Amino acid sequence: MSEFASEHPILLVALPKIVVLLFLLLTSLAYLTWFERKVVAHIQARWGPYRVGPHGLLQPLADGLKFLFKEDVTPAGADKFVYFLAPFLSLSLAITSIAVIPFGPREFTMFGQHTRLAITDLNIGLLVLFAITSMSVYGVALAGWSSNSKYPLLGGLRSSAQMVSYELALTMSVVGVLLMAGTFNLTEIITAQGGFHWGFLPRWNFFAGPLPQVIGFCCFFTAAVAETNRAPFDLAEAESELVAGFHTEYASFKFAMFFMAEYASMITVSCLAAILFFGGWLSPVPPAAFFWARYIPTGAFALAGLALIAHGVRYLTIFGRVLLPTLGLILCGLAALLASPGINELAQGPFWFLIKVAIFLFIYVWVRGTLPRFRYDQLMAIGWKLLLPLAILNVVLTSLAIVWTGR
Amino acid sequence: MTLPLFLFSVLAVVAVAGAVSLILQRHPIHSALSLIVVMVALAGLYLLLGAEFIAAVQVIVYGGAIMVLFVFVIMLLNAGEEERTDFSRMARWAGLPLAAVFLVEVAYGVARAASRLPTAAQAPVSTRELAELLFRDYVFPFELTSFLILVAVLGAIVLARREDSD
Repeated sequence: MSEFASEHPILLVALPKIVVLLFLLLTSLAYLTWFERKVVAHIQARWGPYRVGPHGLLQPLADGLKFLFKEDVTPAGADKFVYFLAPFLSLSLAITSIAVIPFGPREFTMFGQHTRLAITDLNIGLLVLFAITSMSVYGVALAGWSSNSKYPLLGGLRSSAQMVSYELALTMSVVGVLLMAGTFNLTEIITAQGGFHWGFLPRWNFFAGPLPQVIGFCCFFTAAVAETNRAPFDLAEAESELVAGFHTEYASFKFAMFFMAEYASMITVSCLAAILFFGGWLSPVPPAAFFWARYIPTGAFALAGLALIAHGVRYLTIFGRVLLPTLGLILCGLAALLASPGINELAQGPFWFLIKVAIFLFIYVWVRGTLPRFRYDQLMAIGWKLLLPLAILNVVLTSLAIVWTGR
Repeated sequence: MTLPLFLFSVLAVVAVAGAVSLILQRHPIHSALSLIVVMVALAGLYLLLGAEFIAAVQVIVYGGAIMVLFVFVIMLLNAGEEERTDFSRMARWAGLPLAAVFLVEVAYGVARAASRLPTAAQAPVSTRELAELLFRDYVFPFELTSFLILVAVLGAIVLARREDSD
């Protein structure tokens, strides 16, 4: 066994990376629910979770415990194997897609092996992500069918039909980016967006190149919102229409798995949007301001830490007065850590990448809190009659632009 | 036991098991799920041979589109479990022995020709090479195939449309 590991050191290096990324992903999944509840609440002029821990920060923990301890009901006449398989399939596929996402450019050595800040660096990285997205339709369809009940069946069929339709628009809207980059490799797509126009405008796919991929990005994001069954495209799980759609008959932890799968696909899609259209881990700050630009992550963390300390010492509850300043101190500690030369270089890429992902997640939640949902026939009409032709138009225009500028 | 051989064995066993399970399952949905397992195992085998684009497209097209269609049809038609019938006499006395003979024949033929079979390319075939072949040397069959698919789609729509008096 140990000779197997020494012959293939890449497996030995991948394991710690997988553990760390999985931990980070599952934690951010939990806190994404907190973030969504807070943002939607503030949009609706109320506060959201506030009492479970300071500012509701322990709410995800409480929700997780609740899901674990609830009674697990299986509907009568449900197909047992498929009923248990569907949430597993959804969650495992949604989590697997984090494996192909690159977080930064720097290589570092671990166990004597040079590795990048990503679990894998596939030549077909983008195609693998689309393959995983296509397979995730099964989780929804099988869940709806195996519950042996009419609302889930209808919800499941509607959801899967919607996901299959918007997959087309999703993949077509990315073809413009592929034409400009010439590869499916996500790291190379990012490096092809390097450099700055006129010294200050980053050469990201959204702004520059032969044709700025504005239509492509809008199609991609809309199709992605529909693909992940989020508002305003969430008719299939809307309470007033179909009870809860395909996950009506799922209780406790299986429901939590569907929930987590939805948020995990949100995170994946936001990462993809950042990589394909907004330069991934490339910094928006031009190199002319290079000296102080390196300390932006440090500055951001230090500011956040100090603000948290200042707010925390005057908080209502004693628990909050202990927890919040501790968190603030941890953030300041991280800021100091980021200022040291080695880690500073390593952290530049992931910092900008995560900022962009956070912005897209905020847009996701913002759209959910603001727009009313579409009727199902409007939804399908948009997918087939608006987004797909727009995406094809984008491909044609991009090809024309590439041939025109001779790149 | 090198890593490629190990991976090949695992994927081959999974593919054959999926195919056998496809026939032996009583409920059509379970058969469809077994077929999906076979498709994904085949994609893994393509990847082992170095055809990375084909592997990804196998999952996307077969696993993500065609099998979804199968699953939809099974769900909508509400196909129930198979009724348990006795193993037919024709299958037991004529079918299985002949199948075994056929299997031995094919295995013998492949084993005899094994030394003369070509081996796969040493390096993975990049999408660029595939695209150059497809859009340069074989562009005419490619376009004809897409035309054929369009005709099939039109035919399906015409056949499925309800006859209302215009």
